[in-house]
Amino acid sequence: MSFDFSTTIPIDAVGVDERVARFNTRSIKKESKNFALRLALSMVDLTTLEGMDSPGKVRQLCRKAMNPLPGREDIPRVGAVCVYPNFVAIAKKELLGTGVNVASVATAFPSGHASLESKIEEVKFCVSEGADEIDMVISRGRFLQGEYNYTFDEVAAIKEACGPAHLKVILETGELHTLENVRKASDISMAAGADFIKTSTGKVTPAATQPVTLVMLEAIRDYYYATGKRIGMKPAGGIRDSKTALRYLVMVKETLGADWLNPHMFRFGASVLANDLLMQIIKLETGVYGSADYYSKD
Amino acid sequence: MKTLEKTSSGLRLDFNGIWGYDAAPEDTGHVTIAPKYELFIGGKFVPPDTKRYFPSVNPANEQTLSQIAEAGEEDVDKAVKAARKAFGPWSKLPGSERGKYLFRIARLIQERAREFAIIESLDGGKPIRESRDVDVPLVAAHFFYYAGWADKLEYAFPGRTPKPIGVAGQIIPWNFPLLMAAWKIAPALAAGNTVVLKPAEATSITALKLAELFQDAGLPAGVVNIVTGAGATGSAIVNHPDIDKIAFTGSTAVGKRIMKTLSGTTKKYTLELGGKGANIVFEDAPIDQAVEGIVNAIFFNQGHVCCAGSRLFVQEGIADKVIHKLKDRLDTLIVGDPLDKNTDIGAINSKMQYDKVQEYLKIGLEEGVEMYQPNCSLPSKGYWCKPTLFLNVAQSSRIVQEEIFGPVLSMQTFRTPEEAIEKANNTPFGLSAGVWTDKGSKIFKMTGKLRAGVVWANTFNKFDATSPFGGYKESGVGREGGLHGLYSYVKF
Repeated sequence: MSFDFSTTIPIDAVGVDERVARFNTRSIKKESKNFALRLALSMVDLTTLEGMDSPGKVRQLCRKAMNPLPGREDIPRVGAVCVYPNFVAIAKKELLGTGVNVASVATAFPSGHASLESKIEEVKFCVSEGADEIDMVISRGRFLQGEYNYTFDEVAAIKEACGPAHLKVILETGELHTLENVRKASDISMAAGADFIKTSTGKVTPAATQPVTLVMLEAIRDYYYATGKRIGMKPAGGIRDSKTALRYLVMVKETLGADWLNPHMFRFGASVLANDLLMQIIKLETGVYGSADYYSKD
Repeated sequence: MKTLEKTSSGLRLDFNGIWGYDAAPEDTGHVTIAPKYELFIGGKFVPPDTKRYFPSVNPANEQTLSQIAEAGEEDVDKAVKAARKAFGPWSKLPGSERGKYLFRIARLIQERAREFAIIESLDGGKPIRESRDVDVPLVAAHFFYYAGWADKLEYAFPGRTPKPIGVAGQIIPWNFPLLMAAWKIAPALAAGNTVVLKPAEATSITALKLAELFQDAGLPAGVVNIVTGAGATGSAIVNHPDIDKIAFTGSTAVGKRIMKTLSGTTKKYTLELGGKGANIVFEDAPIDQAVEGIVNAIFFNQGHVCCAGSRLFVQEGIADKVIHKLKDRLDTLIVGDPLDKNTDIGAINSKMQYDKVQEYLKIGLEEGVEMYQPNCSLPSKGYWCKPTLFLNVAQSSRIVQEEIFGPVLSMQTFRTPEEAIEKANNTPFGLSAGVWTDKGSKIFKMTGKLRAGVVWANTFNKFDATSPFGGYKESGVGREGGLHGLYSYVKF
C-alpha cells in the first residue's frame, strides 16, 4: 500500500488538549493501580545518554534493569537498557539471556547531523555489537524543509541496516512544533518501516507531552486500521513520576486497547521513573512512603 | 494514493482485556439528605397545605432518597404573596447591595461544591465527573456573572432606564436541576425581581439545598420561594394572576400549552424548549477530535440535553472511517454508577424517561435502521441505556424527527454543504448545531445559514455564563445567559 504524504491531516490542538484532560480525570485505585505500576515498570527503557557515561555506570544500570528491587524477585524487570553505541557490547554482555533488551541510540543522536552513509555504518556497528533495538533520529531539518520523501527514504534505509533489530524512530517532536507535523512524521516513519515511533531524544525541551503522545497513538491506530500492522509507541523524556506514567497508560488503554498494553508495544524512555514506580509499589503494600535512599540511583 | 486518515478496514480494537479500572466511588460520608423536604416560602421551610408528599428516587438504584412536599394552588398562592411582599424592598435595594448577596451565594456554592455535586448525581443519575466539573462550576459562574451586573444595569442598557418586572414564576427541568435554577434565579435577582421557582418533580433536592444556602447567605425572606411538585404545581404558577413573568425550560409540548395559557395576559415569558441538534462533520475536519465532539455532543448527561447533537451528518467520503472510529470509541465508554469517578454515562433520569428512550429504540429497530451498541454490562437495578448509534437513517424517520432526550444518536450522510444545511434545518426545532471543518470560511458560511440559536464550531456543548443561549422556531422564545439573559428580566 502506498501513502500520500503531501496532504496534511488536520489536527485540532484544542480538541487534543481537551481529550487529554478527560483522560487525566480517570481514577486508578487499588488492584488496578498495583497492576498498572508493575506494567509501567516492565515498559521502562532504563536510559543513560550522557557524555560522562562509563562502563561501570552501564553495568550498574543493567543490574538494575534485571532486578529493579534486590530481594524482590516478583517485581518485574524493565523492558530494555538504552545506551550509546560504544556501550552496547558491555550492556549485551550483562544482559545476554535475561530477557532485557539492549537498545542503542544511533544515526548521530541526538542532532542527526551526519551523512546517511555514516548513519548506516553506525547502525550496522550497533547491531553487530549486539543491540536488539535501534533508536534512530530523523533529520528534522530535511523534514521541516518539506522533504518528506527524504525522511521516508532515510527511515527505510536505516530499517534495512537494522536487519533483525527493532527500529524505533525518534521524531524529536519538540523540534517539529505543530501537531500536524507530529502526525505527518509519524505516518512517514510507520510507512517506511518503523517498529516503534518515539517522541524525543530527551535532549530537547519539550520532550514527551501527553498531547503529542495522543496524536502519535492516534496515528498508530489509523495505521493499524489501514494495514493491520501494530506499531509500538515510546514517549521519552520528562516522564518522571508514577502518576504521569499511569496517565500515559490510560491514553494507551483507551486509544489503542489491550493489545498495546505490554512492553512489546509500549515503552517509557526514562531514568528516574523506575524508582518512583518502585516507591509507589512498596507504598501500596506498606501504606507508607519509604525514603528515596532505599532505592539505588542508577 | 491514499492518505492514512481516509483508509478504513474492518479491524476493531479490544478495550476490555488485561487492565480495567477498579471502582472509584466518590465518598458520600459528609453529605446529608433529609428524609423529608418542605416548601421554601417566605424564607422558611413550611409544610404544604396539601399535606401530600412524593418520593424523590435515585435512578441508579431505584431507592427513595427523600420525600418532597407537593405544593397545591394554595401553597403556590402563599409563595407568590411572599414574593410580592419581598419585591418592594428587594427592588429598591441599591444594585450593589443585591450584588453582594449574589456574590455571597456564588462563594457559598463554591465552598459546598462537592456536596452539591454528589447530591446532583444521586438524585439525577448524572456522572459525578460532570456534576463536579461542569454543573456546579457553571452554577457558581452564573451567580458571579450576574452579581457583577446588579449595580451596572444602566450600563447594560445604555440610554434606557431598566426596571425589574416583578414576581417571576420559574419552572425548570430535571436534566440540569441546579444549573437551570442558577440560570433563572441569578439574572432575576440581579435585576431586582423576586422569584417563585418550581423544580422538576424527579429532581427537587438540590434546589431545596440551594434554599438552605440562601438562608445561610442571609437572603431576605421571600426573595426566592421554592414550591415543589409536578405539572399541576407548574400550572398553578403559570395561571396565578399576580405573576408578572414566566420562565420555563422543558418540553416543546408543555411550552406550547404555556403559550396558549398566557395569550391575552400581560405576563411576559421566556421559553427554553426541545431540540434536535445537527452535528455536521466535513471531510476536511480533524477527524479524531470530531469523533470526541460527536461523543460529547450526544452522550453528555446521558443525552438529557436540549441542545444535544442528536443528529449526526457526515460527509460521504469519510463516513465509513467515522463510523469505524465511533464504534471503537463507544466501546470505551463506561456506563454505570453515577458516583464512580470513572463513569462516562450514568443512569437515565427516571422510569418515565427510561420507558420513553426504550420506546424510541424500538421505533428505530421497527423502522429497519441499523443499530450499534457496545457490548458493555449494565447494573441490574436502576434505569440504564447503552450508548446507541443508529446508522443509515432516513430524514423522515421518527428517531430523526423527534427529540429522544437519551443517549441515542442517528447518523446520516451528505455530499455538499447545501445538502447538509437543508437537512439540518429540516426540523421544527432550532436550538443548536455543530460544524466540524479545518476551513474557517466554511464555518462562517455554514453558521450564517443554520437556523439554530447556538452553533458550535469544532466543539460542542460548551457553555459560558457570558454567552446567550436559546432557540429558533419551536425550540423557544427569548434568551438566557449573558446580557441577553438579563434583558428578559427588565422592563423599560
